[in-house]
Amino acid sequence: MTADGALRFAPRLTLLLMAVPVIAGLAGTLRPAFEAGSVARLLDWPGLPRAMALSMGTGIASTVLALALTLGLVAALQGGRLFTLILRLLSPLLAVPHAAAALGLAFLLAPSGWIARALSPWATGWTQPPDLLILNDPAGLALTAGLVLKEVPFLLLILIAALPQADAPRRLMLMASLGYGRVAGWMLSVLPAVWPQMRPAVYAVLAYSMTAVDMAIVLGPALPPTLSAQLVLWMTSPDLSIHPVAAAGALVQLGLVLAALALLRGAETGLARLGCRLALTGIRGIRADRWLAPVVGGAGLLVVLLMAGSLAGLALWSFAGPWVFPDAWPQHLELDAWARAAPGLGPAALETLLLAALSTALATGLVLSCLEAEARFGLKPGGGALWLLWLPLIMPQVAFLPGLAELALRTGAEGSTGAVAAAHLVFVLPYVFLSLAAPWRAWDPRLAVAGAALGATPGRIFWRLRLPMLLRPILTAAAVGFAVSVGQYLPTLLIGGGRVTTLTTEAVALSSGGNRRIIGTYAMLQLALPLLAFALALALPAALFRNRTGMRPGA
Amino acid sequence: MKMSVAAIVFASCTALPALAQPDPTDWATVLQEARGQTVYWHAWGGDPRINDFIAWVGDQALSRHGVTVTQVKLAATADAVARVVSEKQAGQDQGGAVDLIWINGENFAAMKDKGLLFGPFAEQLPNWPLVDVAGKPATRMDFTEPTLGLESPWAMAQLVFEYDSARVPTPPPGAGQLLDWAKANPGRFTYPRPPDYLGATFLKQVLYGVIDDPDLLLQPVDPATYDRVTAPLWAWLAELTPALWRQGRAYPANEPALGQLLADGEIDIAFAFNTGRASAAIAAGELPATIRTNVWTGGTIGNASFVAIPYNAAHAAGALVVANLLLDPQVQARAQDPDVLGFQTVLNLAALTDEDRARFDALDLGIATLAPDDLGTALPEPHASWMARISQDWIRRYGVAQ
Repeated sequence: MTADGALRFAPRLTLLLMAVPVIAGLAGTLRPAFEAGSVARLLDWPGLPRAMALSMGTGIASTVLALALTLGLVAALQGGRLFTLILRLLSPLLAVPHAAAALGLAFLLAPSGWIARALSPWATGWTQPPDLLILNDPAGLALTAGLVLKEVPFLLLILIAALPQADAPRRLMLMASLGYGRVAGWMLSVLPAVWPQMRPAVYAVLAYSMTAVDMAIVLGPALPPTLSAQLVLWMTSPDLSIHPVAAAGALVQLGLVLAALALLRGAETGLARLGCRLALTGIRGIRADRWLAPVVGGAGLLVVLLMAGSLAGLALWSFAGPWVFPDAWPQHLELDAWARAAPGLGPAALETLLLAALSTALATGLVLSCLEAEARFGLKPGGGALWLLWLPLIMPQVAFLPGLAELALRTGAEGSTGAVAAAHLVFVLPYVFLSLAAPWRAWDPRLAVAGAALGATPGRIFWRLRLPMLLRPILTAAAVGFAVSVGQYLPTLLIGGGRVTTLTTEAVALSSGGNRRIIGTYAMLQLALPLLAFALALALPAALFRNRTGMRPGA
Repeated sequence: MKMSVAAIVFASCTALPALAQPDPTDWATVLQEARGQTVYWHAWGGDPRINDFIAWVGDQALSRHGVTVTQVKLAATADAVARVVSEKQAGQDQGGAVDLIWINGENFAAMKDKGLLFGPFAEQLPNWPLVDVAGKPATRMDFTEPTLGLESPWAMAQLVFEYDSARVPTPPPGAGQLLDWAKANPGRFTYPRPPDYLGATFLKQVLYGVIDDPDLLLQPVDPATYDRVTAPLWAWLAELTPALWRQGRAYPANEPALGQLLADGEIDIAFAFNTGRASAAIAAGELPATIRTNVWTGGTIGNASFVAIPYNAAHAAGALVVANLLLDPQVQARAQDPDVLGFQTVLNLAALTDEDRARFDALDLGIATLAPDDLGTALPEPHASWMARISQDWIRRYGVAQ
């Protein structure tokens, strides 16, 4: 009975844990926005319209492209050998930190980059790099490309995790028997079933793409930069009088994200109507398969190749001796960069692991308690509760964290591993919740009824039925949470007071020096930890369920 | 909820008892108090060579004085300033997270202005008499802002141009010649975009070359004459921009990014604030061996790097010991070694013992480094208001796309 009572309270406890830091962070950060003259000074900045347009444009374009590619890949190719190959290669890439991915891509694509080096001078005739504007282009194309590369693996993972609950194989079989083409059949029958589970992830991707800072700084335009990148420049300016302007900018950024989300919501409704009308026309779309499969397959492979090339470039740099244009390969390989990085790596890796394990375990436990309480007591999360969960993902980090850091200072919690893990929890929990809620809720409740009819207590149903059957999405959600924690830069720096050193804080500090060798070593390690988590998330269920055909993916 | 309670309890257990502020004139007590302390030195962490040097200084501090040094690697010095500001706003006037900051210029001016610094302490340090205050006035004048002993110098820097001698046989010796060279070699020169520190410094360097009365730069900007005084600079830039790398449609973000362009062969002329950087980078295999350095005939801007202690530092005594250690001749000689850092010393070599002077004489300059006599005049940094105003103007003209 007491356990029941505690469980009933779990959603409220979780919301409290989210609400206090978020609201305090927002209040602390946004208060200066209302100081006299802040908004006027922001409007005075001549780059504002363009920065807003860039934030909106790159965010929406990259989300639409990444979503289209993800849906296309699954619709056209799932079950095939090419799909399995792309999935195998893409899943580990989810763990790549944004900054490392951006730096790797920059080296790949630059006029003096790896591709140009490989083709010069024999194919291009270039003995020195051509003066071509590829990176940091004013329209933000390079930034959009980088964001697409980074978001496709995430969306794919979420979609794959949600798919089993949508009963896709039988839907597709039905559509095929009605004479529909593969892609058309998928879009008309599976997408509507799977979309509600995917929607939060797509919203998170949109919000993230619009507010990403590290990628925007490396790949994005600078004259002016995107709004969020400019906010960081202002927030970190030694000219303290500009900080209220940054707060006003954060308010504008929040408005932009909300507008974009509303736009997406509108597009959803419109597309749903269009889909219904399309279904009524009876068009079977057989011919679309013929050209769609190679197109999305090719695009998927391109994403894999670009990401793999970016990482391989960074990895090679970490071992590179002198390496000048137009050599396709370093003059020799050496271990200098690794030897230099070695002393700091152990403690930083340990701290990273500790923070990620703490915050992920706590987040997974809380999310499971919330979901179980929801199922057992028929609780319905209100709209306000969902928004609280959403705020940390939607707010530009730099706008909401200074306020949170101030709170940590006032309570004296700042600088300790526990406080940093608690700050990570604020960002980890929404992702774990987003990844897990849909598959959890889609679990067939008749199984619980059957269990109860056989005399199982609610606790037994949870431990013996629901948890094992949902182990795969749970572990995937935990791995996503783990990767999110490993990638946290600003929360670690601000709440840790600089005294909590992780691989990511080291990597970002070092990347400000542009030394590709050192960046390569830390990027490799930053990659290794989440990779381990994802490997576990894949291997554990496979090992546990090796004797159960019904628990294999796609079954 | 449980978590945050635990965090608070944990943090309060580790919090240090409040200490009285140390007195640098009573050095024996400072040393005594410092022993066993851990000094959190907030310093830009983008250069592994500098990080290695700081780690070495930490070893020295531990073995000589029992002080542990932990470098907090920053992506930007302003992060540390913001941290102290937020501590002050939160009322944390003791036990602050920042013990020592590598600082100068506008960050120093901001902290000094807000009363966020401990001291004065610099001129009471035991090693202070060795500092070359007469020969290197920048050790007491930070961007024309008198340091008043609120920060202690530890390295001299001067703007030097780095060029690829394989492509540029005779490097341009001034602003006018650089413009001619760029027009003859379009796309092979650029500068970091202001308000980046080095980019703004480049504009000030050009301003020194084209202004009628350079003395004006040592005064705060006069809004009444600003437009007329800086007109030659903007005219010069308007001519240069179409000949820049990417026709001025993109700029590198900072000094490392500029250096990377030189390393990748995307440009032929770059510049840096460290006279020994090119040699060190060549030795590390990061730059082609054909890179050399030069300065402009009218002189180039020079300044000093400092360390400062926040007013609420938890370990001010330890920080004082480190600041003094940085002025130790052995430490200064190591910093000047081109294989280590290549930073110029702040010390007056004539004031040193023969043994200490020999450490400096023994240093090999490195293949691309100019001898101290060849560095020419070090021009003083203009008043900090010039940096702000020129950067602002640049952003208005070039920084927000047409």
